[in-house]
Amino acid sequence: MIASKLKEAILSLRPGRVTLKYPFEPHDPEGDFRGYPELDTDKCIGCGGCAAVCPARLIMIQDIDQNTRRLVRLLERCIFCGRCADVCPEDAITMTKRFELSTDSGREDMVAECEVFMATCQRCTRCYEPPTPLDRIMEPGFRDDEIKRGGQDSPYEPVKSE
Amino acid sequence: MFKELCQKSFPKSLWVYHCNVGACNGCDIEVIDVLTPYYDAERFGIKLVASPRHADVLLVCGPVTRQVVPALKRLYDAVPDPKLVIAIGSCAVGGGIWFDSYNIVGGADTILPVDYYIPGCPPRPEAILHGIAVALGLAEKEIESVHLKQLPDRPESVPVEVEGS
Repeated sequence: MIASKLKEAILSLRPGRVTLKYPFEPHDPEGDFRGYPELDTDKCIGCGGCAAVCPARLIMIQDIDQNTRRLVRLLERCIFCGRCADVCPEDAITMTKRFELSTDSGREDMVAECEVFMATCQRCTRCYEPPTPLDRIMEPGFRDDEIKRGGQDSPYEPVKSE
Repeated sequence: MFKELCQKSFPKSLWVYHCNVGACNGCDIEVIDVLTPYYDAERFGIKLVASPRHADVLLVCGPVTRQVVPALKRLYDAVPDPKLVIAIGSCAVGGGIWFDSYNIVGGADTILPVDYYIPGCPPRPEAILHGIAVALGLAEKEIESVHLKQLPDRPESVPVEVEGS
């Protein structure tokens, strides 16, 4: 039995140090890793395709005035599936390899907003909208209540921190 | 200030209690992964304990389901003061893709005061290690909110000043 323990000890000496020195030295992800989805604001045309395919429905589109459309992305909910990058016609969204997303100052750090300048229709002088109000409700990304359900209207009282 | 207070209150090893409040087990597997010799969170003094009464830190994985709310509150009360709560994974941070399901209350911060957030679905073991490093003051957080605006007469987007920041 002692011989087997000794053998085990000698075997475990062979590989040497296996632990990563990670927080002190960078360790980049390999392969097709999908990290933080970065939006190139210059390329974005505000079509809202990303909002339509996002499984977490974290992209909200607000038309704040006649020719400004705001895309609010609550990336705290992002599952890094990359569908927004696939569907984007202008390749404005790229899945970067950034994974160091931890934060100590609240989940607001994961919010990314972008205001897109929209051209207006020559005839009606408005941005493109779904034709009827009903269509607008059916279109993902345009509903306020989808994005607000982040707990703000939760019926449960949070525990108070001392 | 709160960060300094945390670092002063926890000068030695942090013992963590890992609780799954509705996760799909992905984050749980990554948490276990971090404790293996390859990633080795134990070199920072992180130790997984079996009882919340021995723990300093509560790791919360998963979206908080309605059924688990009273249990989670009791669990939080069972951890002795001072305590930290770390939300691991997109679900615990903001509710993930389940944020508006009928049985989901939301992220962990709808119930508990969360101190550190580690998003990811699931977060890489390195991401969890980075979260630990941020908590211990070994690394700085690398993310902040972005607000950019296109202007009609300029080709490049400009950052927008956000009120109150």
